[in-house]
Amino acid sequence: MKTQGLTFEQIQEKLSGKRVGIAGAGGLGSNCAIALARVGLGNLVIVDFDVVSEGNLNRQYYFHEQIGQKKVLALKENIQRISRDVNVEIHDLKLGPDDILRIFNACDVIVEAFDRADMKQMILETVLGEVPNMPIVAGLGMAGWGDNESIHFRKEGMLYICGDEKNEIAGDNPPLAPRVGMVANMQANTVLEILLK
Amino acid sequence: MKITLNNREEIFDADELTINDLLKIKNYTFHLMITKVNGKLFRKEERDKAKIHDGDNVAVIHMISGG
Repeated sequence: MKTQGLTFEQIQEKLSGKRVGIAGAGGLGSNCAIALARVGLGNLVIVDFDVVSEGNLNRQYYFHEQIGQKKVLALKENIQRISRDVNVEIHDLKLGPDDILRIFNACDVIVEAFDRADMKQMILETVLGEVPNMPIVAGLGMAGWGDNESIHFRKEGMLYICGDEKNEIAGDNPPLAPRVGMVANMQANTVLEILLK
Repeated sequence: MKITLNNREEIFDADELTINDLLKIKNYTFHLMITKVNGKLFRKEERDKAKIHDGDNVAVIHMISGG
């Protein structure tokens, strides 16, 4: 098997100076942030306006006693219980185009981790239109269960797409931990590929 | 004309199409999409004017909810 030529210490060293923006701290954002913290990313910028609810616990990286807490505060706490080396900057707000450009300005990569399709469109159009050289990693399509082979990765210029690009959430097609975690970790893996190049 | 649509070659019986023409032909009716021609973003309101020609690289990305 071919190796990629970096030890874990060298990977941590490279990642320690990097900064990743996470737009949304739900199923995609919380799991992606945890994965990046575990491998030694230096700086995370996490934005969300929501609070943890019981219904989130089927896929999001929160705990029962955190129900009712602001997601950004709860996620920062969970990340810091895993890693002391990551600096976590949090913003408790609902992102609009101006905030995206301001808050993620100094990031090396942005992770699109919203649940609503209109919010996904808003951030992708803002980043692709206003800062076309910024890599953005989107999660598109992960509701339901099974159907492993439909989850894929593709690159479209600076837009990196992870997901099945077909399964929308619905009452009878809910987002669940396994597939949401697959796509969230695929996004984290894509971030590593971009940052370790 | 021959174009690349979402990384696949496709042939259309026209010398020029707008993005909206292409969406109609392909029956892409999803209401939330990102459209790019040769790497440049065209928003919904620009799709009637944005022209596609032979050899162009077109991306149509559907915004699928969930996260």
